[in-house]
Amino acid sequence: MKPFTYQRAGELRDAMAGVAGTPNAKFISGGTNLLDLMKLEIERPAHLIDINHLPFNGIEETAEGGLRIGAQVRNSTLAADSRIRSNYPVLAQALLAGASAQIRNKASTGGNLLQRTRCYYFYDRNMPCNKRKPGSGCAALHGFNRMHAVLGSSDACIAVHPSDMAVAMLVLDASVETMDTEGVTRQIPVGDLHRLPGSTPDVETQLKLGEMITAVILPPGQPGRQLYRKVRDRASYAFALVSVAAIVHVAGDTIAGARFALGGVAAKPWRVPEAEAILLGEKVSTEMFERAADIALANAVGRGGNDFKIPLAKRTIQQALAAASQRG
Amino acid sequence: MSNSTPIADTGKNWIGQPVDRVDGALKVTGQAVYAYEHRTDGPVAYGYILGAGIARGRVSAIDTAQAEAMPGVLRVMTYKNAPTQPAFGPAVTPAVREVFTRPRPVLSTDRVRYYDEPVALVVAETFEAARGAARVIAIDYEDERGAYDLSRHLADAYAPQRTNAGFQTDSLVGDFEAAFADSAVKVDTIYTTPYEHHNPMEPHATLAAWSGDEVTIYTSAQTLANFRAGIANTLQIPPDKVHLVSRFIGGGFGSKLIVHADTILAALAARDLQRPVKIALTRQQMFANAGHRAKMIQSVRLSANREGKLTGIAHDVCSATSRFEEFCEQTAVFARSLYAAPNRITRHRLVSVDTNRGEWMRSPGEAPGMLAFECAMDELADQIGIDPIQLRIRNEPEVDPERNVPFSTRNLVACMQEGARRFGWEQRQAKPGTVRQGRKLIGLGMAAAIRPNYLGASAARISIDGNGQVKVQLDMTDIGTGTYTILAQIAATSLGLPPSAIDVQLGDSHFPRTAGSGGSWGAASAGSAVHNACEALKQKIAKVSQEVRGSPFYGSNPDRTEFTNGEIRIGDRSENLANLINRVAPQGLDAQGAVEAAGENYRNYSQHAYGAHFVEIEVDLDTAEMRVSRMLSVIGAGRILNPKTARSQIIGGMVWGIGAALMEESVLDPRYGHFVNHDLAEYHVPVNADVPDLDVVFLEESDGNANVFGSKGIGELGVCGAGAAVANAIFNATGVRVREFPVTLDKVLPGLPVQTSSGANRS
Ligand SMILES: Cc1cc2nc3c(=O)[nH]c(=O)nc-3n(C[C@H](O)[C@H](O)[C@H](O)COP(=O)(O)OP(=O)(O)OC[C@H]3O[C@@H](n4cnc5c(N)ncnc54)[C@H](O)[C@@H]3O)c2cc1C
Ligand code: SF4
Repeated sequence: MKPFTYQRAGELRDAMAGVAGTPNAKFISGGTNLLDLMKLEIERPAHLIDINHLPFNGIEETAEGGLRIGAQVRNSTLAADSRIRSNYPVLAQALLAGASAQIRNKASTGGNLLQRTRCYYFYDRNMPCNKRKPGSGCAALHGFNRMHAVLGSSDACIAVHPSDMAVAMLVLDASVETMDTEGVTRQIPVGDLHRLPGSTPDVETQLKLGEMITAVILPPGQPGRQLYRKVRDRASYAFALVSVAAIVHVAGDTIAGARFALGGVAAKPWRVPEAEAILLGEKVSTEMFERAADIALANAVGRGGNDFKIPLAKRTIQQALAAASQRG
Repeated sequence: MSNSTPIADTGKNWIGQPVDRVDGALKVTGQAVYAYEHRTDGPVAYGYILGAGIARGRVSAIDTAQAEAMPGVLRVMTYKNAPTQPAFGPAVTPAVREVFTRPRPVLSTDRVRYYDEPVALVVAETFEAARGAARVIAIDYEDERGAYDLSRHLADAYAPQRTNAGFQTDSLVGDFEAAFADSAVKVDTIYTTPYEHHNPMEPHATLAAWSGDEVTIYTSAQTLANFRAGIANTLQIPPDKVHLVSRFIGGGFGSKLIVHADTILAALAARDLQRPVKIALTRQQMFANAGHRAKMIQSVRLSANREGKLTGIAHDVCSATSRFEEFCEQTAVFARSLYAAPNRITRHRLVSVDTNRGEWMRSPGEAPGMLAFECAMDELADQIGIDPIQLRIRNEPEVDPERNVPFSTRNLVACMQEGARRFGWEQRQAKPGTVRQGRKLIGLGMAAAIRPNYLGASAARISIDGNGQVKVQLDMTDIGTGTYTILAQIAATSLGLPPSAIDVQLGDSHFPRTAGSGGSWGAASAGSAVHNACEALKQKIAKVSQEVRGSPFYGSNPDRTEFTNGEIRIGDRSENLANLINRVAPQGLDAQGAVEAAGENYRNYSQHAYGAHFVEIEVDLDTAEMRVSRMLSVIGAGRILNPKTARSQIIGGMVWGIGAALMEESVLDPRYGHFVNHDLAEYHVPVNADVPDLDVVFLEESDGNANVFGSKGIGELGVCGAGAAVANAIFNATGVRVREFPVTLDKVLPGLPVQTSSGANRS
């Protein structure tokens, strides 16, 4: 491991001063992703700012009737919160579908959003990888790419973002609240936080250097039935091959609202508004769900080992929408 | 080792009792000390191994100056300055056993033979300093084009001289090809089984400390005698200068039968630095440097009449092997004994690739071989339209079909029938894809299990001190299987004491030599030695009791001696054992016992343990996710020494079967020659949620030809056939037969029906 200095930030301004004043500084929260990457020297920060003690561990109600989740709230705390469980069950389910109980106890809301891809070649410093070493090539493109992206990828990088939580937040229209080194705050919709790889897969988010996630804002709960469906190779403790976060509101016998987001298919959680729109006002039917699934995956491109994700994603969408449109 | 279980009643046969693990409390309280946790006098230094970034070629330049200058770095070792070691030698050792003892030099040449092969060792004051310095070593390689992908080099396949464990490469009985050509009913199928890794919880780790010309090595080893020879031969020192300590082992599964780089490099560096050195492989390094099961392509051909009587069996296995050291897993050998058929072929072929050597992985042979073969049997049953159990019963042999010797005991049919009864096998629908619950397809599958039984030469020492304290010592290991416990039971039974009164000491090369843990022979081999040592000790005690003046038994008849309830009884007199020893042998007594490797009984009988696995699986109709919902294994393995530890062994094997069927695969990248998914996030083994309520039933059995206990090896039996039962259940659930293991959802999905409205599916 490359030697680094360490600072425990007690106040936000200390953290900001630390990150502004030290080149190659990084925030560390739960450390469940960053430390693994540092041991392998894929991340090589010169300075670590421990932000675990900043006062961002509360979940508060907003004036709009939603919730403001502090960036330091642990995944397990968030999943257990009664307001989350009753008004945003898709989020609780997504959190509990992720990692293991031990990791969820450490993992923070901010860190979960900013965790990096699990691409095997990214993790192996001997392999070409444009994300780790820009310009070196992408070993996954013609390699073992079973876990890789079918949507929004480029020839430079086909990695997926592994977060389950972010997929649920996207379907809930959540926003990320940040503060930069100048103290300026802004809100970024979760769907805009991550960038598609294009020719610069090493640039993963819209965040500026040193910009910190301080909270995630959830708008008021949606009417309808929510669920998170994660498809994986074993029953627990595996990343999603494909996941679907769905909310369907059926009034009478027609669909009054339908939204769904996909995980495991792209470098960011994925949502296709046109696929949702066609369901509005329609009767619940497998045909409609099949059409929505087809639209959602219309631009999908398989890379060989991950071709199966296209039919799998469609089938999972259909299953999830059908389940979410059931009564009771 | 002291017993955590208070046991009051001592007048019984402890063999066969579900005694709790005598080392359980030490383990769950963290007091069991594993290799890397040992302490020595003086400050220890930490080593970190740097592995090659190519799979074949040579190191053309290596610059360690920057690493050497880093704070805390004590030594950087490369092929340029590493102590001289003997050359590795030929790919095949002249004698079978030498594979365990041959020198295994590390950092001795500039050649790179496999990806992540050690090219440098950094030793520093801390692990982090060593690892940090390793990263700044600059290396240039001359990269050569290697061969990595078995399927692309089949034309280069060759027949080895023998398989692992010294079996014949080929067996030919009758005229299979003619029978097959003429047969109306036949299965002609090809299965592939992937690279797999053992992944014991405890990594390969060593602490080496020299004192003069003698080295003490704390390591994680299954067989001490072999390790000791391997180390001595590599370091070129006499074996008696190597003291090995391996008291607790966090799993081995066959990956700790030979020395690896951690041990050799720790010993070399510690000698160099005159300071104890610790080295552990990281989890990622274990994928390249601690053995694997090789990828195989297996052709299984079966011919039968319409009633399901087999007329021919052919099992042809082609396996990848390391170019520099051959390992031919005995994958088709079990098929020589399992079913009757007049015409038979079993053959093993190898293709050399540029990877590290394959090693013995739990149930070598049966684990991959039965995955293929027992699925092919299921294909045959489906084709003929008979029940898979019936098919197997129809082909039950009278004697070993290729050796023509009787079976010592064989209860395969009873295992299948008992299992069928308990599992509700009659509910199975023969037509696949017909049972549905909600959006799940449900299927049942079964497969047979067979695994040879062995006995290896072993010795043990026992002593009783003046206060009656009993100590048993042997260089046997307990790799988590329960050896400490069963040896205590065996000694307790023989001496008429509670197991808690027996201090079993294992894992030290100063103790008498045993066969170690491997090949499921540990309990029988070490147990027999302990039993014989106890018998020898009892004779000594009896003799002294009669000869020493002042003994209550002075002058009595030695033939009528009994040891029970903590007492010795001769004739009508009895006396507390400790009191007696205190009077007649205050300085204590000791004795040795030994057992020879199986000889005549092994030649004259076909000795195997058997079982039958039953699986119920649920397959998601939309996503093809597969989850085992119930599993039962019925086992006929001779006398069960301890039903509790035995059950754990079988359950562990069943879990391995689930893993092999559904998820375990190390993916070799044919471009770079490395295992792509080399960590536990992406090399999937079953987690708790994948393992439903597993059930194990042992049939009442005793095999008098096996050993003094009538027991048979069980450590590997649970794996054998278990994965095939899972795959057969998947077929029964879905009608999809996947012949490329593991059966992951992407392979099943295309065979599932298309979704339609109202939940009904169109095919
Ligand atoms: C074996 C394993 C399995 C896993 N399985 C899953 C899974 O199935 N599903 C899933 O979703 N996840 C899974 N995870 C990932 C896990 O959810 C993440 O590691 C975790 O959420 C990261 O949170 P953290 O607080 O530990 O982040 P850290 O490791 O502390 O940080 C991660 C990154 O975010 C940055 N960062 C952290 N907080 C902030 C902030 N407030 N502002 C700006 N930057 C910040 C850090 O600088 C770092 O770059 C798994 C992880 C492991 C190790
Ligand atoms: S997919 Fe992206 S992360 Fe993976 S190797 Fe290619 S560039 Fe690197």
